[in-house]
Amino acid sequence: MCGIVGLFLKKDELRPQLGDLLTDMLITMTDRGPDSAGIAIYGDETDGMVKITVQSDTPAEAFADLDAAVCAAIDAPVTIKVVDTHAVLTLPESAVKPAIAALEDKGLRIMGSGASMEIYKETGLPKDVAARFGLRDMGGSHGIGHTRMATESAVTTMGAHPFSTADDQCLVHNGSLSNHNQMRRKLAKKGVFTRSENDTEVGAAYISSRIADGATLGEALEGTIEDLDGFFTFVTGTKNGFGVVRDPIACKPAVMAETEDYVAFASEYRAFADLPGIEAARVWEPEPATVYFWER
Amino acid sequence: MTMTLDKTVLDMTATELREVNTTLQAAAKAQANAAYEIINPRGSHAMACGLDGPLSVTIKGSTGYYCAGMNKEATVTVEGSAGPGVAENMMSGVVTIEGDASQYAGATGHGGLLNIKGNASSRCGISMKGIDIVVHGNIGHMSAFMAQKGNLVVLGDAGDALGDSLYEARLFVRGNVKSLGADCIEKEMRPEHIAILKELLEKAGADAKPEEFKRYGSARKLYNFNIDHADEY
Repeated sequence: MCGIVGLFLKKDELRPQLGDLLTDMLITMTDRGPDSAGIAIYGDETDGMVKITVQSDTPAEAFADLDAAVCAAIDAPVTIKVVDTHAVLTLPESAVKPAIAALEDKGLRIMGSGASMEIYKETGLPKDVAARFGLRDMGGSHGIGHTRMATESAVTTMGAHPFSTADDQCLVHNGSLSNHNQMRRKLAKKGVFTRSENDTEVGAAYISSRIADGATLGEALEGTIEDLDGFFTFVTGTKNGFGVVRDPIACKPAVMAETEDYVAFASEYRAFADLPGIEAARVWEPEPATVYFWER
Repeated sequence: MTMTLDKTVLDMTATELREVNTTLQAAAKAQANAAYEIINPRGSHAMACGLDGPLSVTIKGSTGYYCAGMNKEATVTVEGSAGPGVAENMMSGVVTIEGDASQYAGATGHGGLLNIKGNASSRCGISMKGIDIVVHGNIGHMSAFMAQKGNLVVLGDAGDALGDSLYEARLFVRGNVKSLGADCIEKEMRPEHIAILKELLEKAGADAKPEEFKRYGSARKLYNFNIDHADEY
């Protein structure tokens, strides 16, 4: 069992409240996943620049002068924002690959990268994880979150969701995939590699790989129904929006709500209880084996 | 003259779920046919479950998992949508959902009426054992799987594999059936079925004519092992 939440804002006025709304949704899903929590938030972006989110268990040492070290390695300007065990480095788009290589060389864990996406995830109760990162104060256009009750891999930072396998793309999952090892090998043959033992990361890599091959988000999500075996309710985030798909058996719960202001996703209705205007929202359960997505 | 019904209002922003359920269960046991209204349910789980006696409960909003489970004699109305497993193993009484119901609504129910005004999702009435379920909208896949007894009435459409491995429950569907499950077949609508359906539609306040429905039931081919099919296993 895990908990998933997602919120896509239709109106810019609500952007400053995104983190606050998502945090309440995330904490409500603690019963479904008390061992880790994570959030991908799509916030501000700067033309030509990319943000890389990294994690370290020893942030004080690891993040000291990290910007200068990366700057020297890639010969380009770098700014750093340290948030607890995570740091977000902003640097020119053209320098992303060497920057990631330099960061990995230093033993840092790459959480994700993108023009607008930042990822924060850790083990621990969702309320504690949210407080460490100050999720409530984060703004943005949309975000997805996850509370984990581990089944397929260990309770570690790298095993927590969301998983990001391409710029500005991420995935959260409730369920378990049974053909992930086979799919991992198939993807590796194509040169697509994952960073953890986790089944969901393979799902994320599958979607990213399909999009890299030219598929739309909708087509990539439809592909999961055919190519991934197991139980899943997936919520995937992209720079412009988010998508939802459930396996044909659909025993992993899902509920959605839409108003003029937002589209919200959650594993349970409880997570919607504090959303503004929820009483008048259109609330429905996404159909099995059906792809839904919202993009701006 | 204005008639007012005395009712007790429980506000779940101020009252814990356990206290709400303890209060309702005690009131049901008291056999006093009291009326309760629950406000701000906030999608809570297991609301108004295990009621064992005549009681009227109105929940003003949506509920989470297992609302009105094991209900006996009580009348529970959800003025919103219900999460998975609503009225699971219900024994008697009436449970009404004004909105939609999530998966396995009325599962294993032995009796009473589950009246869903919106849609029900997958596995509606799975293993039902005597309950009557009326769904005013559509139902999802694998509904009435291994259903043993009772009636499932659907005014809209049914999803894939309706009535798979069905026993003796009666299934009435007005709209389209996406596919029938193993051993489930369409059956003749005889006068006694029209009579049953008419009564159920009236009880559920459903605006539909019994003649518009088709009846589905068990072909009874899975009741015994068939040696001629041994190769298929």
